[in-house]
Amino acid sequence: MPTPTTGSAALSHGTVPTIVLVGHGMVGQRFLEALAERGLTATHRVVVLCEEPRPAYDRVHLTSYFSGTTPDELSMTDLEFIEKHGIELHLGDPAGSVDREARTVTARSGLTVAYDTLVLATGSYPFVPPVPGKDADGCFVYRTIEDLLAIEEWAKARATTGAVVGGGLLGLEAAGALKGLGLDAHIVEFAPRLMPVQVDDGGGAALLRTIEQMGLTVHTGAGTQEVLTGDDGAVTGMKLSNGAELAVDLVIFSAGVRPRDQLARDCGLQVGERGGIAVDEQCRTVGDERVFAIGECALAADGRVYGLVAPGYEMAQTAAAAIASDEAAAFTGADLSTKLKLLGVDVASFGDAHGAAEGCLDVVYSDSRAGLYKKLVVGRDGTLLGGILVGDAEAYGTLRALTGSVPPVSPESLVLPAGAAGGGAQLGPSALPDEAIICSCHNVTKGAIRGAVTDHRCVTVPEVKKCTKAGTGCGSCVKVLGQLVEAELEASGIEVDKGLCGCFAQTREELYEIVLALRVTSYRELLDRHGREEARGGDGCEICKPSVANMLATLAPAIGADAHVLDGEQAALQDTNDHFLANLQKNGSYSVVPRIPGGEIAPEKLIVIGEIARDFGLYTKITGGQRIDMFGARVEQLPRIWARLVDAGFESGHAYGKSLRTVKSCVGQTWCRYGVQDSVRMAIDLELRYRGLRSPHKLKSAVSGCARECAEAQSKDFGVIATANGWNLCVGGNGGATPRHADLLAQDLSDAELVRLIDRFLMFYIRTADRLERTSVWLDRIPGGLDHVRDVVVHDSLGICDELERLMAAHVAHYRDEWAAVLADPEKLERFVSFVNAPETPDPMVAFVPERGQIKPDLPLLQIGTRQMEGTATR
Amino acid sequence: MSTAVVTAAATPAATLPRAAVRLRAGEDWLTVCDLDRLVPGRGVAALLPDGRQAAVFLDRAGRLHAVDNRDPFTGAAVLSRGLLGSRAGQPFVASPLLKQRFDLVTGVCLDDETVRLTTYEVRAA
Ligand code: SRM
Ligand SMILES: Cc1cc2nc3c(=O)[nH]c(=O)nc-3n(C[C@H](O)[C@H](O)[C@H](O)COP(=O)(O)OP(=O)(O)OC[C@H]3O[C@@H](n4cnc5c(N)ncnc54)[C@H](O)[C@@H]3O)c2cc1C
Ligand code: SF4
Ligand code: FES
Repeated sequence: MPTPTTGSAALSHGTVPTIVLVGHGMVGQRFLEALAERGLTATHRVVVLCEEPRPAYDRVHLTSYFSGTTPDELSMTDLEFIEKHGIELHLGDPAGSVDREARTVTARSGLTVAYDTLVLATGSYPFVPPVPGKDADGCFVYRTIEDLLAIEEWAKARATTGAVVGGGLLGLEAAGALKGLGLDAHIVEFAPRLMPVQVDDGGGAALLRTIEQMGLTVHTGAGTQEVLTGDDGAVTGMKLSNGAELAVDLVIFSAGVRPRDQLARDCGLQVGERGGIAVDEQCRTVGDERVFAIGECALAADGRVYGLVAPGYEMAQTAAAAIASDEAAAFTGADLSTKLKLLGVDVASFGDAHGAAEGCLDVVYSDSRAGLYKKLVVGRDGTLLGGILVGDAEAYGTLRALTGSVPPVSPESLVLPAGAAGGGAQLGPSALPDEAIICSCHNVTKGAIRGAVTDHRCVTVPEVKKCTKAGTGCGSCVKVLGQLVEAELEASGIEVDKGLCGCFAQTREELYEIVLALRVTSYRELLDRHGREEARGGDGCEICKPSVANMLATLAPAIGADAHVLDGEQAALQDTNDHFLANLQKNGSYSVVPRIPGGEIAPEKLIVIGEIARDFGLYTKITGGQRIDMFGARVEQLPRIWARLVDAGFESGHAYGKSLRTVKSCVGQTWCRYGVQDSVRMAIDLELRYRGLRSPHKLKSAVSGCARECAEAQSKDFGVIATANGWNLCVGGNGGATPRHADLLAQDLSDAELVRLIDRFLMFYIRTADRLERTSVWLDRIPGGLDHVRDVVVHDSLGICDELERLMAAHVAHYRDEWAAVLADPEKLERFVSFVNAPETPDPMVAFVPERGQIKPDLPLLQIGTRQMEGTATR
Repeated sequence: MSTAVVTAAATPAATLPRAAVRLRAGEDWLTVCDLDRLVPGRGVAALLPDGRQAAVFLDRAGRLHAVDNRDPFTGAAVLSRGLLGSRAGQPFVASPLLKQRFDLVTGVCLDDETVRLTTYEVRAA
């Protein structure tokens, strides 16, 4: 604990000008720092009169005292700073009067200091309603460390039930603290809802639910009429205006604060009607240019008294600037954003939360059962003006940062919970605050990723991955990671290499154009002629090889390339799954997924799948894509399994390819009493039309027979929903880690119109998308977004629709089943062996153990293998 | 009608004498396959007498490489099914499971230097 500096006698107005600060609270301390930053502590004598027995501390986090933060930890004052700048700090000695004529301040101790500049930073005092019994033992306010110490002592010694008068921000904090002290707690709020200043009725209702669930008792619309006391003068209860009586033995008044302007009033300074020392934009008091007022005691030039710390800090800086004769700084008002710190309740309000601006609109999402309430206030032009979040304040940082601008997505989608029908959009990474977690596997924040670029000089995504570990877990964050790294590199002026990989300086889109225009049919040719200088003649890499293979497969009919993905050189380009036309599982076995168009399957075919699975001992499961997956096949078994499937009329389901997966269907008009079109037939038609189409990422689709949407078409890359007049086509939907609701592209289409539009849409996507970019991400990325895509594919604004249709027609005409082709080709079949020197010996690492009547991979076996592996590696 | 399955055993007969791919296993050189079984850029797995497995690759320049087939990150014996690439002339293979890359000459993992694969001497003869 610091000892008070003993002040020297009052200095006459001599050569060294004197600044006297009255009040050493949060704002006072910030003011001292601002003086030091501007060098004013060197040219001035600085005297501080501090009422409290301790120097400035963090009042905002006062309540954390109850969760273990000590008063010393709350301190904001570095005594070295005070000493270094020669500041005379008088603790426990409040200013008693000011003589503006003589320019002196007299403290309670009798110390008188002459000032050239006087700064009042006296803060606020808690308002205590004038009810009988308010001064009884056991009644407290909630403002200082001393208040908290007293509350704690009383609560521990003799209280079991407490009441907080006032259900605002501080009242809730205080009630939470009482609860933390083990007391039953009541909250009495005069207004009809909690936090009346910050939230509206809807928000109040959601908040109420959550607060009550925490075990607090809330009385809204009730005033405190009297504090009842016992014989010993201590609190025994409370009488409310609605007649109710509460038996309580501790009362905290938290009914708002009032500016501490008495000192100013007494010396004739102008104060506002409802209190507050009137100041101009430089924080000078009105009528006396030598006196300033800052923080909660000031009535700012915009006519408001700010009860928050951030505006106070701004005032502190403005006043210091004005004292340094820098009149450019001005305090003209501030934002009243707040986030409740009370444990377990998420409440935030920001900007124009109540929609005071003229002509503004509300977007509200409310689910009082879940205690959720979200409101955004939006201007006519779409500008986000403010909002209220209750129950889920996750988006506070982003939304607050976006206030004053038009958000990149619709306000509706910002308030809907993620994944809700019709919205739940997440904002792009650039809109995220630094503390946002980007990689949840490794808990890496946006700030850490940016730091990897700026501080650790990473210039590529792999470098950032290595440095931060982000993206090395499940991988679902890699896309966002890439966008962030790119944005950060651009911001630091480093030229961003947009090339596909270390081998090609072109983007995927540019390579596609090259392949199509120059009819390049081989990867080697492309690499040697169009690759980066240093990569020509080399082996390429794991990024461009599958990507180019994919393009060659899509364009094969148009450029006259070998059409099969395992033909010649192409066989060496294919990624993991395309390599064996099956999906590699964690133990090195494969899964087999035959196509079941539209999810429709006849009993005979079901039986065949069952027999095959039984005969080969495979694990079977119905997939999320309305078909059947058989797991646990060994490489060398794949041809035999497929021979039987092909025999029974099955084809490859391309579960392994970046290509069309499934077109799900609902049962539709044929059976369903609501159906208005034959959704199953359409789903089958579409699946057969686009099967085998290689694309930048996988493609999924669904067709629903009516607006009830049982096939979930709006979560698909292209989704079709029946209407009374035909079909609605929506595009850009996505499930996965970042779900996106599809956008309506066109309505009431005939069968032919629908197919033509999808042809164009898919080919345009394939042509312009990035590698591994789903339609959802692509749609959000390309300039002009949905409108542009609609212009191109519906209105043919680029004049390329003929070509797009031609390319699709070529694909449809050249389609053949990949697996049937493999079975007919001995050279390809030769590769489906476990070991080149022991073709039929099963890989001993692929072993299974039973589970629920089927098999599962023997994972412990792999772990043993790993350990042996490490042993051999060090040899 | 039934679709015929042609297995590896039915490989078309050779017309020319071929070079064989040989791998050093202890003191001996083990013949794993004919050189023309290897497609540049695509690997094969070979079973060694001691039960270990090797992944054998042919790069574009015609050089042979062999490393342990087991992916140290997952334990699965799958590295022969990874994609081959080169960086500054150094060939590497990317694991088909979680995509870590391994230098084919030194066996060192390019994404985590603490991990190294056993490498095998391999030649065409
Ligand atoms: C088997 C299946 C799960 C199941 O048991 O139901 C499955 C399994 C896999 N999914 Fe899936 N997904 C399956 C339906 C889905 C669905 C549901 C659907 O299609 O309606 C989704 C959400 C819809 C969507 O894609 O938008 C889905 C979203 C993903 C994602 C996230 C995609 C995204 O854009 O965020 C991945 C990761 C990726 O592709 O990068 C993924 C990747 C995978 C992979 C390929 C991961 C991998 O590389 O090993 C899994 C291997 C499949 C295999 O070995 O056979 N799977 N996956 C489903 C196969 C459907 C089918 O018949 O083809
Ligand atoms: C529990 C609690 C939680 C809060 N939470 C938040 C929050 O989440 N966000 C937020 O923005 N704000 C919050 N606040 C408000 C925030 O603490 C104030 O806005 C901030 O402290 C104002 O700073 P100030 O310096 O103007 O006033 P104060 O910090 O009150 O400092 C004024 C000082 O002046 C002293 N003083 C008064 N008169 C005299 C005199 N005549 N002579 C000498 N000294 C005098 C007082 O004793 C006091 O120490 C919270 C406040 C409390 C109590
Ligand atoms: S989407 Fe409509 S037609 Fe299809 S199953 Fe559901 S209710 Fe029936
Ligand atoms: S979220 Fe980043 S790797 Fe899983």
